[in-house]
Amino acid sequence: MDAEPPRRAALARFIDPLAAPLAAGAATVALFGLFVALAGRNPLEVYRLMAEGAFGSWFSWQNTLLRASPLLLTALCTALPAQMGLVIIGGEGAFVIGGLAAIAAGLRMADIGTPALVVQCAMALAGMAAGGALIALAGAMRHWRGVNETISSLLLSSIAIAVMNQVVEGPMRDPASLNKPSTRPLPDADLIGNIPGMDVHWGLALGLIACLLAWLLMRRTTFGFAARIVGGNSRAARMAGLPVGLMMVIVTGLGGAAAGLGGMIEVAAVQGDANANIAAGYGLSGILVAFLARQHPLAIIPVAVLLGGIGASGGLLQRRLDLPDAAVLVLQGILFVALLAGEALPPLSEWKAKVSR
Amino acid sequence: MSGAFTLEAAGMSKRFGALAALDNVSMRVEAGAVHALLGENGAGKSTLVKCIMGFYRADQGSLLLDGAEAEVRNPRDASLLGLGMVYQHFTLVPSMTVLENLVMARADTPAVIDWRHERRRLSAFIATMPFGAPLDTPVHGLAAGEKQKAEILKQLYLGARFLILDEPTSVLTPQEADEMLGMVRDMARAMRLSALLITHKFREVLAYADAVTVLRKGRLAGSGKVADLTVDQMAAMMIGEDRPAAAVERSAAAPGPVRLAVENLTADDADGAEAVRGVSLAVRGGEIVGIAGVSGNGQSELVETLAGQRDATGGRILVEGELYGATRAETQRHHLALLPEEPLRNGCVGRMSVAENMAIRNFDRPPISAGFWLSTGAMREAARGLIQRYRVKTPGPDAPIASLSGGNVQRAVLARELGGDAHILIAANPVFGLDFAAVADIHSQIVAARNRGAAVLLVSEDLDELLDLSDRLLVISEGRIVLETPAAAADRTAIGRAMAGH
Repeated sequence: MDAEPPRRAALARFIDPLAAPLAAGAATVALFGLFVALAGRNPLEVYRLMAEGAFGSWFSWQNTLLRASPLLLTALCTALPAQMGLVIIGGEGAFVIGGLAAIAAGLRMADIGTPALVVQCAMALAGMAAGGALIALAGAMRHWRGVNETISSLLLSSIAIAVMNQVVEGPMRDPASLNKPSTRPLPDADLIGNIPGMDVHWGLALGLIACLLAWLLMRRTTFGFAARIVGGNSRAARMAGLPVGLMMVIVTGLGGAAAGLGGMIEVAAVQGDANANIAAGYGLSGILVAFLARQHPLAIIPVAVLLGGIGASGGLLQRRLDLPDAAVLVLQGILFVALLAGEALPPLSEWKAKVSR
Repeated sequence: MSGAFTLEAAGMSKRFGALAALDNVSMRVEAGAVHALLGENGAGKSTLVKCIMGFYRADQGSLLLDGAEAEVRNPRDASLLGLGMVYQHFTLVPSMTVLENLVMARADTPAVIDWRHERRRLSAFIATMPFGAPLDTPVHGLAAGEKQKAEILKQLYLGARFLILDEPTSVLTPQEADEMLGMVRDMARAMRLSALLITHKFREVLAYADAVTVLRKGRLAGSGKVADLTVDQMAAMMIGEDRPAAAVERSAAAPGPVRLAVENLTADDADGAEAVRGVSLAVRGGEIVGIAGVSGNGQSELVETLAGQRDATGGRILVEGELYGATRAETQRHHLALLPEEPLRNGCVGRMSVAENMAIRNFDRPPISAGFWLSTGAMREAARGLIQRYRVKTPGPDAPIASLSGGNVQRAVLARELGGDAHILIAANPVFGLDFAAVADIHSQIVAARNRGAAVLLVSEDLDELLDLSDRLLVISEGRIVLETPAAAADRTAIGRAMAGH
């Protein structure tokens, strides 16, 4: 068996991971076009409006980036454990429990008159610890008890959301919140502000930094290298004497911490308090982002922006074409299903070999 | 639709790339006979049988049933011709009852099943058989011997009149094995079927087979009536004559202190059955200790336990006098190197590059790491050196290791393991499936490690390899060391008998 010439092999390595998402994207465009056509709208007009609503102006760009920033962090909750071969889908729970822990810590610190930066740091740490602990539990159960981490992370996520609802309606409820049970709001001084010159909060920067750090950790450190060995072949990892269980707990914990930080930002920059609104599906969209990005920490950035843009364009579709707001959710759903179907296809470079056989 | 027939394979050859798995092999099984097919692992037994059953198409040769040429293009054809195979491992669905399994296996099962009719039909069939099976018991509730009987029953129910039994007793107790083989023999005597029994247990051949065909390295090594042959003759056919040792320079220095000691080690296989049953051995620096045995006698589990891939259930491992638990720190401190069998599966990450795979042992030490950080430049640099020194054929250090040929994967692992000066080397079937040049190369590397003073434990299913390389030879059978002999004075016949558990 002759090896391919190096240049072609390098090209295949570059193209292969892109092929499935691109094919899924094309299929989605066609299917969603059919969907809006059946709803009596012109698909081309829909797509033109979506582009305008997502990227047509500085205003729409800011809207897009605002929506992308939590996705950067929740996507890491799936993408980091994926480096070790784990499929974690509990980002929503880590996001929510992170937000709850953050507000609890933030209110406690604010009550004793701590400076804003310290309050925010304490909130971030609390959010990351809570989100990290939740997902690390799924990693630990997987290694030591053989529990499927996908199912357990999903169920843990449901528990986390239920806990948040319980706490928000019970012990931490602000008596002043009448229609919608919420915690007390953070003092305005302790809220996370916007990046200068933009209408986008600092969470975007934190998300970008987190993706960059995740990439550095996985690609440029000995720890990340060891994690990829475990993810690639656990038998080889055991032969190399790597502490597989401990590493699983750490990496799942880091993924959960990223989502927990997302929840903290949602509370400290967007909502100002914690209520059922923080379970708005960012964690679920994060799974989609991670899969579309093929679990690559840097590829998460453009994908999150794209998904943010799709979300941002919903309003315009509603105003101009009278399509329901949920139309963009249909688009997301189609995209996810198309992507999962595409995952089952062999890499592009193997197609030719299959045909010629 | 009934009665035994003769089967003759004439001049069968099958090549896989450069490897001649089967080279002009002929075999004749008489009607109503139990015919044993004997040979070591890799001798070509499975390939021959798979050609007969239509899993492979032979490159040359033909198949004659009752003297008439038959074409078997796929397993379905074989089944229609009355050929049935019983595998070493069970193929019945564990959660289904025997009745459900047998009905499901029929090719002509209707879309809507009339279970009462099927039960009557199957009961009538079983009434004609010398043995039965509990129809309504889920298969997982049956003992191993009963499962094997149900497998045979299934083949007969499907109309098989020629049964191929692929090491059918490997998972049975001796009593179950006797009962099962006795049954097969009785049915053959009654001319209800002919049977081909793949085995490497002489005891079964002597007790149940009428004739025997012996394969070695893809060729016919001999055949004849069992009554005319002695165990020693069959062992000689199976293992081969003495041949001159390969020219590997070995230094004559006396062995050093014990570097690897295994004391009363026990370990389970993947199914939880005890596979290593109290193995004790010691390997000194500067000697190669070989472990011979038919595969499936605990070697894999022993090596996996030493490699840290499997937890021991008892006993202990001492490396350079210290208790060894296969942690990374211990492996590095004692310079323990491992050449696992199937290196791509056991010691590599297929989708990672050659350079990354070569760094699996030392990525956390300078120069490849600087504290927490990884230097991919240094990693590539180190890999280039190893690729050159060990002549690994690869498009470059960045090619995924899974894209390399088997021999080059093996070389890459060898480079990684021996590149850092090894004090202890554990090698399992290190040249399995490699071509001649690669074999010689890897053998000389192993001997060179010994000459440098390393303690080498070599586990192999190839007795020639072991006799060429080892200083001392142990034979493992059913998870126990049953024979120890200096390699120079080794008696092949005695080894063959020990391997076959005789």
